[in-house]
Amino acid sequence: MRPFTYERAASPAEAAAAAARNPEARFIAGGTNLLDLMKLRIEAPAHLIDVNHLGLDRIEETPEGGLRIGAMVRNTDLAAHAKVRRDYAVLTRALVAGASGQLRNKATTAGNLLQRTRCPYFYDTDMACNKRSPGAGCAAIGGFTRHHAVLGTSDACIATHPSDMAVALRVLDASVETVKADGTTRSIPMADFHRLPGDTPHVETALEQGELITAVTLPPPAGGVQLYRKVRDRASYAFALVSVAAIVQRDGSGRVALGGVAHKPWRLEAAEAELKRGAKPASDSLLAGARPTPHNEFKLRLAERAIASVLAEGRN
Amino acid sequence: MPGSPDIGTSRRDVFLAGAACAAAPGAAGAHAQNAAAAEAPSMTGVAFTVNGTPRNLVLDTRTTLLDALREHLHLTGSKKGCDHGQCGACTVMVGGRRINACLSLAVMHEGDTITTIEGLGTPGDLHPMQSAFISHDGYQCGYCTPGQICSSVAMLEEIKAGIPSHVSGDLNRVALSEAEIRERMSGNICRCGAYSNIVEAIVEVAGRQA
Repeated sequence: MRPFTYERAASPAEAAAAAARNPEARFIAGGTNLLDLMKLRIEAPAHLIDVNHLGLDRIEETPEGGLRIGAMVRNTDLAAHAKVRRDYAVLTRALVAGASGQLRNKATTAGNLLQRTRCPYFYDTDMACNKRSPGAGCAAIGGFTRHHAVLGTSDACIATHPSDMAVALRVLDASVETVKADGTTRSIPMADFHRLPGDTPHVETALEQGELITAVTLPPPAGGVQLYRKVRDRASYAFALVSVAAIVQRDGSGRVALGGVAHKPWRLEAAEAELKRGAKPASDSLLAGARPTPHNEFKLRLAERAIASVLAEGRN
Repeated sequence: MPGSPDIGTSRRDVFLAGAACAAAPGAAGAHAQNAAAAEAPSMTGVAFTVNGTPRNLVLDTRTTLLDALREHLHLTGSKKGCDHGQCGACTVMVGGRRINACLSLAVMHEGDTITTIEGLGTPGDLHPMQSAFISHDGYQCGYCTPGQICSSVAMLEEIKAGIPSHVSGDLNRVALSEAEIRERMSGNICRCGAYSNIVEAIVEVAGRQA
């Protein structure tokens, strides 16, 4: 691991300013992904800014009837929060489908959103990777791609975003609240927070240099039956091949987002208009334009069947 | 030594002379020194409590909690398996919650209360979970065992606190079952494959607590 200096930030705005001043600085929250990558020198910050003690660890109700989840709320605490379990069950279900008990106790809401891909070519520093070294090429393309993306890919990158939580937040229409180095704040809809790879797969989110996530906000409860179905190689403690977050209403309408298939949670509001006509038209619309490889073509049929299964359960 | 001329130089002197050469100033030497300074370790003090004993350490910021426990405090019960949070052999409790000590920086634990396997029980006064692992033969090589035991003790508290899991049918009513135990222990790998006996040991302790 590269040596680094360490500081505990005194406020969110000061943390953002400190990070903006030093391009070699990183925020550290739970550290469960960052330290893993630092040990491999995939991340090599010269300075760490600890953002754990800024009072960002609370879950509060908003005046609009939603929830404001502090950026440092641990995954376990978010999953177990009484109102989340009752009114945003898809979020609890997604959280407990991810990682292990130990990791969920440490991993934070903001850190979960910012975790890096688990593409094995990203992790193997002997392989070309446009995320690690922009312009180096992508060894995954033409390589072993069973776990890779089938939607929204580019000629530069076919990695997936590994988060389960993010898929639930997308289907819940969550927003990401931030503070910038100059002290200004903004709210980024989940739809715009993660980016598709395009020509710049190393730019993964809408965040600017030094911009710090302070909270994730949920709108008032959407009701309906809320489900998260994760299909993976092991029954527990494995990343998704395909996952489905769904909110199914009594009248047959609903919302659906997919995980494990793209560089971001995959949701198309236009596809949801097809839900009343059935699972098949909706998944056809959602999966349109897919560019699978021979190794991961199976994900399309898996996604279609997972959507059908979740809708059947939701309408039961 | 007979037949060998005494040149009055030890191996240690030779190493020291080599080190002095490496640090000799000069154009190339100065460049090397700057590079070394950029990579020089940064030291930070941290104070926390381990198994009831207050500890003060000055550590290279890169030191994980696991390395602080093992290499600096010589509490070698917590094991280093993968060092990447995948195997659970390093599981300890911080403030009663289980975490992977290998994926946490020691300097981030200022003021924390840490419990390792050494703090759960002693050879003469075993924790009930330690006794149950022995009576159910919940291990073979034993390398993952401290992590399994720390994890299972904290895991039963999570069930008591009503924290749901992936296999909880009703998110609002969490009940103890073998399926719950297996799901919740999936972050602790046992390559000997003692899983069924580990589950039996945990079921026995959970039953006694209930």
